[in-house]
Amino acid sequence: MIYRDQFPLSMTKNFKNRIWNLQEKYTPYIFLLPFILVFCTFMAYPLAKSIYMSFTCTNGPKSIVWIGLDNFIFLFKDKNFWTAVRNTFVFAAFSVFLQLPCSLGLAILVNKKWLKGKNIFRFSFFAPYLCGTVFVAVLFSVLLVPRFGLVNRALHFITGYGLDLKWLGEASMVMPTLVLITLWLFTGFNMIYFIAALQSVDKGLYEAAEIDGANSFQKFLHVTLPGIKPVAVFVVIMSTIGSLQLFELPYVLLGGPGPNQAGLTIVMYLYQTGFETGNLGYASAIGWVLVVIIMSVSLFQLWLGRSKK
Amino acid sequence: MNRETRLTIPRIFVMIVIAVFAIMMLVPLFWLFCAAFKDKDIFSVAFWSPNASFVNFRKLLRLHPPFYRYLINSFFLASATTMVQLFFSALGGFALAKYKFKGQTIIMIVMLTTMMIPGQVLLAPLFEMISKLGLTDTYLGIIVPGSVSVFGIFLFRQSITQIPDELMQVARIDGCSEFRIFWEIILPLSRPMIGAFCLISYMGSWNSFIWPQIILHNEQRFPLTVALVQMKGVYVNEYGMMMAGTLISIIPVVILFFMLQKEFVSGLTSGAVKG
Repeated sequence: MIYRDQFPLSMTKNFKNRIWNLQEKYTPYIFLLPFILVFCTFMAYPLAKSIYMSFTCTNGPKSIVWIGLDNFIFLFKDKNFWTAVRNTFVFAAFSVFLQLPCSLGLAILVNKKWLKGKNIFRFSFFAPYLCGTVFVAVLFSVLLVPRFGLVNRALHFITGYGLDLKWLGEASMVMPTLVLITLWLFTGFNMIYFIAALQSVDKGLYEAAEIDGANSFQKFLHVTLPGIKPVAVFVVIMSTIGSLQLFELPYVLLGGPGPNQAGLTIVMYLYQTGFETGNLGYASAIGWVLVVIIMSVSLFQLWLGRSKK
Repeated sequence: MNRETRLTIPRIFVMIVIAVFAIMMLVPLFWLFCAAFKDKDIFSVAFWSPNASFVNFRKLLRLHPPFYRYLINSFFLASATTMVQLFFSALGGFALAKYKFKGQTIIMIVMLTTMMIPGQVLLAPLFEMISKLGLTDTYLGIIVPGSVSVFGIFLFRQSITQIPDELMQVARIDGCSEFRIFWEIILPLSRPMIGAFCLISYMGSWNSFIWPQIILHNEQRFPLTVALVQMKGVYVNEYGMMMAGTLISIIPVVILFFMLQKEFVSGLTSGAVKG
């Protein structure tokens, strides 16, 4: 580039250079342009549009009426919506609290130096995640058939009870069933994060703790836990966000909200009002309540994760 | 033998516990595999039936449309979405990683914020937009809105930042255009991330359900997810056929995982551990 400035060049070369310089200067914009265009059209614009839509009542795409805050006021009194919120929160709380210790425990065990066949174990724990929620739901709808399904048979074989347990037919059983399937599905996935975190903890700290005479529990408490904390916070937030968006598993397993609406979740209610009843405005209002819920829960968790430091 | 790898009695006990857990995780999948080949005796106690046959797969072929149609649809949709996402994210991630320009921070902040917003809030306005464009019940209606991946652009930004600047400068002095730098230097060097992203993105669109369910009406265009859920409602007692369909739906992603396994684990965790 120094060459070009120091030596006089012919007109045509100058013109070429100018174009060349232009492409250097505007490259980042040109490279980002396709992404920004799609991003604005299919994310930023719809996002703004959904704020507007949440203040309207729609019956199909043709009739859109501005109704102000009525959607949110109605939502506040809507019994179904509160059922959905309660179910979603119960699910999120139980599945996150069960999943984390399980995946951390598995990660610690699988990470042990003396363990033979690590890769096989890792793959077996991770395998369910590869199957995808919808297919898993179809599989479990057969595994959980009362009297004949594999789960009932195994339970009966081990405990002597539960052959006729209706996992999906009784309101009180729906939530535990969903939590257990999610546990099966995502424990191995979170385990991968914890394994990476454990491997990044400074080995010298363990040796130092050993010299100080720490036992293995103390080492876990004072070396491992602080070391993996950033990843743990990340995993907690990601799995909470994921659980609050629960939809496919209950929708496919129960074919809808299930007995006594025990499987109704926020996203399922959004789907029902928006695409079964056809009120896109009300669905947008539900969507924005979900946004507020998810944002505040994850900010709260982030704050919890930082303040203890 | 040294102390760290020696097998003691408690260690063997722990190993057995892990093995039991691992078997518990795999049993449902193993049952699925066996059940796909069973007919009337699908709920028999033995996993592998003595009468194992391909009868369920033959039933799937006799459906209207035949089951492989859904498989082809899923292949097409997932491949197209992955390719488009990959190209946009890699190019955008490159620009964000290796150039300084006005508006960079704003772009980063806006995208970080949208990553925290759940996608379901976009369903209603996107549906309206797609119907106005006349794209309901088309593949384009799935591929085009699915072509943005904010997550992908972050992954690529992170991995491309680690490529040394000198490589680019040397190429520039040799008269390489910026796009050629991207195409011939950056892309080959970010192969691990490309592998990881391909798997993440492919799995995402292969398993996606709610959006195709909303905008597709014609059975000929259904991907596997939507088709299987619909079949589950129609063929209530055809358990064997459903299991065969589920098995077929799961296998492609598992194969892809084995091909891209190494890249996937490193790509998945790079954001969490370093970030």
